[in-house]
Amino acid sequence: MQTIYSDLLCIGAGLAGERVAIEAASAGFDAVCLSIVPARRSHSSAAQGGMQAALGNCAMGEGDGPDVHFADTVKGSDWGCDQEVARLFVDTAPIVMRELAAWGVPWNRVVPGESKYFKGGKEFTKVEKKEKEGLITARAFGGTAKWRTCYTSDGTGHTVLYTMDNRAAQLGVVVHDRVEAISLIHDGTRCMGAVVRCLKTGDLRVYLAKATLIASGGFGRIYRESTNAVINDGGGHVIALDTGVVPLGNMEAVQFHPTGIVPTDILVTEGCRGDGGTLLDVNENRFMPEYEPDKAELASRDVVSRWMTVHMQKGFGVKSPYGDHLWLDIRHLGIDHIRTKLREVDEICKSFLGIDPAYQLIPVRPTQHYSMGGVRTNKDGAAYGLAGLFSAGESACWDMHGFNRLGGNSLAETVVAGNIIGKKVVDYLKGCEAIFNSKVVDAAVAKQAARITALRNRSNGSESAYAVREAMFDAIMKGAGIFRNEKDLTECVETLQALHERAGRVGLKSNGVGPNPELTLALKIQGMVKLALCVAYGALKRTESRGSHTREDFPERNDRDWLNRTLATWPEGASLPELSYEAATKVFEIPPGDRGYGGGKIISA
Amino acid sequence: MSRILTFNIFRYNPQDPGTPPRMDRFMLDETDRMTLFIALNRIREEQDPSLMFDFCCRAGICGACGMVINGRPGLACHTKTKDLPETITLMPLPAFKLVGDLSVDTGTWFREMYQKVESWVHTSKEFDPAALEERMDNGLAEEIYELERCIECGCCVAACGTALIRPDFLGAVGLNRIARFILDPRDERTDKEYFEIVGNDQGIFGCMGLLGCEDVCPKGLPLQDQLGMLRRKMAFTALKSLVGKHKHAHK
Ligand SMILES: Cc1cc2nc3c(=O)[nH]c(=O)nc-3n(C[C@H](O)[C@H](O)[C@H](O)COP(=O)(O)OP(=O)(O)OC[C@H]3O[C@@H](n4cnc5c(N)ncnc54)[C@H](O)[C@@H]3O)c2cc1C
Ligand code: SF4
Ligand code: SF4
Ligand code: FES
Repeated sequence: MQTIYSDLLCIGAGLAGERVAIEAASAGFDAVCLSIVPARRSHSSAAQGGMQAALGNCAMGEGDGPDVHFADTVKGSDWGCDQEVARLFVDTAPIVMRELAAWGVPWNRVVPGESKYFKGGKEFTKVEKKEKEGLITARAFGGTAKWRTCYTSDGTGHTVLYTMDNRAAQLGVVVHDRVEAISLIHDGTRCMGAVVRCLKTGDLRVYLAKATLIASGGFGRIYRESTNAVINDGGGHVIALDTGVVPLGNMEAVQFHPTGIVPTDILVTEGCRGDGGTLLDVNENRFMPEYEPDKAELASRDVVSRWMTVHMQKGFGVKSPYGDHLWLDIRHLGIDHIRTKLREVDEICKSFLGIDPAYQLIPVRPTQHYSMGGVRTNKDGAAYGLAGLFSAGESACWDMHGFNRLGGNSLAETVVAGNIIGKKVVDYLKGCEAIFNSKVVDAAVAKQAARITALRNRSNGSESAYAVREAMFDAIMKGAGIFRNEKDLTECVETLQALHERAGRVGLKSNGVGPNPELTLALKIQGMVKLALCVAYGALKRTESRGSHTREDFPERNDRDWLNRTLATWPEGASLPELSYEAATKVFEIPPGDRGYGGGKIISA
Repeated sequence: MSRILTFNIFRYNPQDPGTPPRMDRFMLDETDRMTLFIALNRIREEQDPSLMFDFCCRAGICGACGMVINGRPGLACHTKTKDLPETITLMPLPAFKLVGDLSVDTGTWFREMYQKVESWVHTSKEFDPAALEERMDNGLAEEIYELERCIECGCCVAACGTALIRPDFLGAVGLNRIARFILDPRDERTDKEYFEIVGNDQGIFGCMGLLGCEDVCPKGLPLQDQLGMLRRKMAFTALKSLVGKHKHAHK
């Protein structure tokens, strides 16, 4: 068995994992990052919009600063976030943005003079100042008081991740790609590393490290319809949950985006509606004004997604082999506007749908987009439950997003968290002595090897991993989607519990030799069902509506009973997670109040 | 739509050498707006769970799904079946090590490439967290971005005659990467230093100029322009060093 030692093991080589590794490497420690795919294919590269930092350089960003960014973030979270963390985040974001510029990110810059922009389909004019020329500029994003989202054309995540990976290579950070961590190695109090399966050969390996970081991104792929990459299936969350002692925080907080295209659920930007695009139903009628007379298509993400779902449930959806959908209409914006300002949308429609959005309607539906919940950490990024285990990025519940994250805040989070948590990891490494108990390591490996043998020999049964996954998709889409209520959630939890058992009887159809993809799924499917149960069971117990968590039977945000965070752990052998709760924040810079959008009643604390 | 599609797919699992390389045939009914991403997943889920292929973003942005589609390297996720004939032949990209079936190891190839070109900004400046960012002209930032749009899918490498016979050839993609840093004022390397990386048969002199690379690039990168620019610049640098007058002419 190959064993690889390092000071820091990062499970994940997206922006968060690499940024933490860079901090460790800069301090002279050796860092190894693992990734299922080449590092540069990590999902961070898919983010197009941009990342928020209150630089205040552009005309529409004047007067911005960390305090304004802080207020937006706390409101966005529907007061579910940890305000100490949100404060650390907004204060550090401008620094990391400049650091990225120094490392090579080609940020778009301020161009002085007059220019036009669109809002709600109307044209306006702004004037950029001469003295700001060449500084990092920003664009508008939902839920922000100022233009604060820094960007590189329509490829922000791509350029930032490539720059980060360059920097990591320069500092000697080692990246092992096409490998997958399938369990953590721990003795119940300390984490020592991970058991990893090589996806080139199928062999198992051991990685031992003084500190281990989970930076494995989101778990959107427990939903059938998701904007996430196909590798975002929660493997990192599963290995944390499997320890039995590390809790996942706020798993019920799942964000849906209104305009994923059908059938592939690729995201088309909010800019379509921002620039005046409309949503149409099967009769090509515009329906949003019926539900939201004022804001119509421009209501917040969660609100629009909710009404689209209602309208389809009433039978106004367009039938397709891939399920019901609605139409997004941008034809009236004109061909010039579409080919220039919405170039990326134009390309997506042509490449993936074979349609020209200047003349044809775009099929869309609300689609799972972001996981606010994740491995619960303190403000230093240290996971609860195990010493030496950290988490950062979308996989973590650090928790600056609470129950709803703002667009542009998650890319920024990966890098800010990487900077802050990276320094805490370095402190930890400085005071740490490596003790690897070989009995614990051997037992961890033997357990995984036995699972693989059992799946290959079908000794627990011959259930199909794909069939279990399909059934999980059905259950969670139906019960724990945009709208939730007691009846559907109860049914969803029961169905998932039965699936959890079925997942224990999975056996392979194929031989499972080498990097066999059926084995890859089979090893993870029961864990995925567990994640689905954390979402559904947490949602069943949370009898209020907050941010993205909408209970039809409890429409109020209830600060009196629910100004808290759900913690879910999974004791060995259990059929449901164990839930407990902690205060959402220890410190209130801003006491709970009205968000100023989204409507809804509040039961005060 | 009622076509029945026939897929001929290359099969080989190097970890299972008892089973020789072969072509397998699968049939699938075509659905509206079907892409190769949808088709391959259906084949795996419904017909052969051991079939290996790579997808990640399935949106044309990560570069994972390069393969040879009816003889031409391309991205499978944004290839629509309606643009293909009823018989579709899929092969793994050549030039990269085979992982299995349609899946190849691009990660190792690209990591070696960017170690060779030292794909990072070389600067003597320390980052000062208290200072404002260094200014840059927006036009220049956009030009750099145009060259940075490469998604390392490997299609250009697979289409390149030189890359197929010289595993150490940097490829159009490596030369494009150098061009990106030459353009960037933050990078302090001199022409002579760049020349040391690309002024040889692994670099610009290995290129036969047939431009298979640019034809297949799914991002439409201006690879030809960069090859031309480097050739001129490197020929000039070579000349200068022959004459022995290499003053540190910084870009
Ligand atoms: C379509 C789309 C557009 C977006 N646009 C924006 C935007 O404009 N602005 C914004 O702020 N946010 C945006 N987001 C969100 C943002 O992109 C992500 O939240 C963020 O990039 C996550 O980064 P990360 O480093 O945490 O994880 P990722 O970049 O997802 O990286 C995860 C890493 O973990 C590895 N990994 C996973 N599991 C394992 C395992 N078991 N073993 C080993 N390795 C593993 C993966 O291979 C990968 O390297 C968008 C998201 C989507 C889906
Ligand atoms: S032009 Fe050069 S790099 Fe491009 S395919 Fe031909 S030989 Fe390869
Ligand atoms: S240059 Fe084009 S074809 Fe080559 S790897 Fe980059 S994106 Fe792919
Ligand atoms: S899967 Fe990412 S480019 Fe095709």
